[in-house]
Amino acid sequence: MTDPVIDLRGVTRRYDDGPPALHDVSLTVKPGESVAVLGPSGSGKSTLLNLIAALDRPDEGTVTVAGTRVDTLGEAASARFRRAHIGLVFQFFNLLDDLTVLDNVLLPAQLSGAARKEARDHAARLLNSLGIARHADAYPGRLSGGERQRVAVARALVNRPALLLADEPTGALDTASGDDVRHLLNQLHDDGQTIVLVTHDLRLAQDCATRTIGMRDGHAEEER
Amino acid sequence: MSALGTVIRSGVRRRRVQTIVIGLVAAAAVTAAVLGAGLLVASRAPFDQAFAAQRGAHLTVQLTTAQQATVPTATATAGPYAVMNVPFHGPEGMRMPDLTVVARPGPGGDVDRVELTDGRWATAPDEIVIGGDMFRVPTGFELTTDDGHVFTVVGTARSVSGTASAWVLPSAVDRLGGATGYQMLYRFAAAGTPAEVEADRAAVEAALPPGSVLGARSWLDVRERAVREAAVFVPFLVAFALLGIVMAVLVVGTVIAGTVGAATRRIGILKALGCTPAGIVRAFVIQALLPATVGAVAGAVAGNLIALPVLAETEQLYGSANMTIAWWVTLVAAGGVLTVVAATAWAAALRAGRLRTVDAIAVGRASSPVRGRWAGRLAARLPVPRPVALGLARPFARPVRTTAILLAVATGAAAVTFATGLAASLVRIQGAVEQNNADVTVEAAAPSQQAGPGEQSQAQDWRVVPAAIGAQPGTRAFYGVAQAPVTAPGLSDPMTVTAFTGDATWDGYLMVSGRWFTAPGEAVAGAPFLKAMGARVGDTVTVRADGEPVRLHIVGEVFETGSGVFISAATIPDMPPGEWRIALTDGTDASAYSEALNKKLGGGGPQAHPTGVEIDPLLAVVQGLTATLTLLLLAVAALGLLNMLVLDLRDRVHDLGVHKALGMTPRQTIAMVVASVIGVGLLGGALGVPAGIALQRLVVPAMAASGGLHLPDSLLDVYGPVLLAALALGGPAIALLGALMPAGWAARIRTAAALRTE
Ligand SMILES: Nc1ncnc2c1ncn2[C@@H]1O[C@H](COP(=O)(O)OP(=O)(O)OP(=O)(O)O)[C@@H](O)[C@H]1O
Ligand SMILES: [Mg+2]
Repeated sequence: MTDPVIDLRGVTRRYDDGPPALHDVSLTVKPGESVAVLGPSGSGKSTLLNLIAALDRPDEGTVTVAGTRVDTLGEAASARFRRAHIGLVFQFFNLLDDLTVLDNVLLPAQLSGAARKEARDHAARLLNSLGIARHADAYPGRLSGGERQRVAVARALVNRPALLLADEPTGALDTASGDDVRHLLNQLHDDGQTIVLVTHDLRLAQDCATRTIGMRDGHAEEER
Repeated sequence: MSALGTVIRSGVRRRRVQTIVIGLVAAAAVTAAVLGAGLLVASRAPFDQAFAAQRGAHLTVQLTTAQQATVPTATATAGPYAVMNVPFHGPEGMRMPDLTVVARPGPGGDVDRVELTDGRWATAPDEIVIGGDMFRVPTGFELTTDDGHVFTVVGTARSVSGTASAWVLPSAVDRLGGATGYQMLYRFAAAGTPAEVEADRAAVEAALPPGSVLGARSWLDVRERAVREAAVFVPFLVAFALLGIVMAVLVVGTVIAGTVGAATRRIGILKALGCTPAGIVRAFVIQALLPATVGAVAGAVAGNLIALPVLAETEQLYGSANMTIAWWVTLVAAGGVLTVVAATAWAAALRAGRLRTVDAIAVGRASSPVRGRWAGRLAARLPVPRPVALGLARPFARPVRTTAILLAVATGAAAVTFATGLAASLVRIQGAVEQNNADVTVEAAAPSQQAGPGEQSQAQDWRVVPAAIGAQPGTRAFYGVAQAPVTAPGLSDPMTVTAFTGDATWDGYLMVSGRWFTAPGEAVAGAPFLKAMGARVGDTVTVRADGEPVRLHIVGEVFETGSGVFISAATIPDMPPGEWRIALTDGTDASAYSEALNKKLGGGGPQAHPTGVEIDPLLAVVQGLTATLTLLLLAVAALGLLNMLVLDLRDRVHDLGVHKALGMTPRQTIAMVVASVIGVGLLGGALGVPAGIALQRLVVPAMAASGGLHLPDSLLDVYGPVLLAALALGGPAIALLGALMPAGWAARIRTAAALRTE
């Protein structure tokens, strides 16, 4: 049996006061799986994703991703872990406005010191396959929402991450662009990419996910 | 609490870095201003004050016998006091220059109220009080006469009139071998001009038996000497003070303007919530004034504390007590800085308050145009790690802010360059003014205070001196010096002619123009002489020395603050040297050399002694202050930069979060932030250093000219390659200093939180 890509055991995350944002969550995701996390606003979905991406640390429990205990990583180590194993896609794209589309996509590769030529080729291929090659030298400000999210996905994939994390990838898009991104993620899943996506969008979850996880008040419940 | 109060309070608390920076910069500005004022007080040639306070002697008369001459014009007299010239030995037989010891019962009296700066007055015949002008001798030190009498130093005192180099009780006269002369001190109703003093002198001489007056010294000559040195310094000190103040004001202005400018969006939101423009302006002025006031108070305290040693040194120098920075100076400095803070905050807030609310809110949004993308493309091609390239391109995205940073760094670098150059010039000028590189000086055994006619009877002894010096091992070079007053038609004050036997050019004489004299009849002169004579290099002038006319062809201008003219001894044959100055070969001990030479010269005649190392407290003070001011300026520039950088990073918190989410490590973040200012630092240094040099080249000669002096180039060319390299690194150093803290802050940003902003 293959090792899970994600393995959360008894994870609790408390912010300053009030009930914990995550409460005793355990969860495994196997390679090639695509998991959709569903739930109302404030139920802890983003918190869960942050913990998996090593952007945040749990108060209790362990988080193992791609064979690494990420809940104990320091700042530098978690950055290195992230660029090696995780691709992140956000609701509001989070593209850097002062870099071209190509440079945005290249950035994670450059941060991890990838060979220049190879990184460029790979980025060009990604842009090509995502249908945004003609915008390579444009700045993100000029692109439509759907195009920007494609750039964000390309950037997330440039280091060939074991895991793609997407937080409301269609949340800021109109229906047409949303469909666009949905097809893209679907295709990635078909190609074998492990994906965890947080969404309110039931269609997205149905189309792209092999299973869904429901979040409510910090509790995670497996659904089918 | 009112809405405005809430806004102010949260503004001060949330913008903690700016609050601290405003406070620190205000503190530095007030410190610099108070220090500058301190320099001015210190340089305001307090001779007259001290002279008045000590009731200084207008005329010091040397008498052969103890007698009192009363003249009707005198308002006060003191003396007669016994005078002795004593060659003391220190511990281990160390020979000291002769001291002119005056016997008087106490430091007070109607004339020349000598001021004790340390210890107490002598109370027993074996105690002595040292005049601190020549050198400092610690209390408890023991001095021994040739006869073996031991005197203990019990205090240090100063006579502004310069009547003695040491004092003992009258009961100690016998232990010093008896009086060699007597001293009478006079104050007159009218003694403001040389003519008045001369009339007073004539009256005193007429009232005494003929031949009993050995010489007399006017207070005007004493004052000339005391003020001469300070006069050269004053303009430089003023320049320093102004520099500190200007720099401080500049940075306070940019920091405040930048801080308020960066709050435009906040202002927009406040307006959207119904805050009036007037209310906003008030809020921001108070928000800037609160920390600035705290800083100003701290700066006032610091400035006064740092000024204490400066003033203490100056007190020492002029023998005056209790020099303080007037309370109103501190008040004006603090008030001025706070006014600048309020004014800039007011102007910047007013501008922001006038912006249309929608525009103000839009400021800093992702939709705002991004500038300098070409720089980003260019930097991406550089063969440097990506974070560094990102940092390098950053300055071009915010041209206005970058310009402000550049200004801060460039002014900092210029100020440091200027200050360093000024200090170096000062040191060299000081050296050139002293014109004393000699290691050993040979003088008559009993030099009297005046170059009187009686001295020339010793001329015979002097003939043997050059041969003895020349034969003494360890002699590298030597020359003889004779000085005599000269007059010329139309000159109100007598000037001095200095005649050299041998080559004196090694002894610190610097040419401003022309050349050194080579033949009899040729002369070089300082600017004051040339000015007084209305002469130029190349002219021939006629002066009277000892009543005889002497024609001098001026072949060069020498750097000289006194009104002297320098010639070869061959020009006036009957002027035998009164002093020989000797330079020793490397490794020759001056004391041992003097001992050996004295053995050869025999007792009673001319005596050699090591040339005392002149202590120059004023110079030490100036250097200390320069260092302090330089550090302050550096710190202030770095603070200005830090402030700008913090503003910039705060704007970019979200982008930083994205970078980190994509895997940028803390070290890469630091590299990016540092790279974003290092280029500006280099450029700032490259702009600031030449500007500082230009300023030094402009200010130093101008200041010298205001003192009637022309500077030789060698006093101006103070920037060697090493110094230049060090100064050029000042720019990047400021940048690094200012960037480290914000970079560390950027590296520690919590990614998840950063991504949640906006
Ligand atoms: N940095 C933080 N500090 C304090 N509380 C936080 C922080 N981040 C999240 N929370 C709280 O934790 C809870 C879960 O937040 P989270 O962002 O995970 O919700 P979510 O499910 O992603 O909601 P949404 O669908 O609106 O994005 C919320 O109550 C939120 O207020
Ligand atoms: Mg969320």
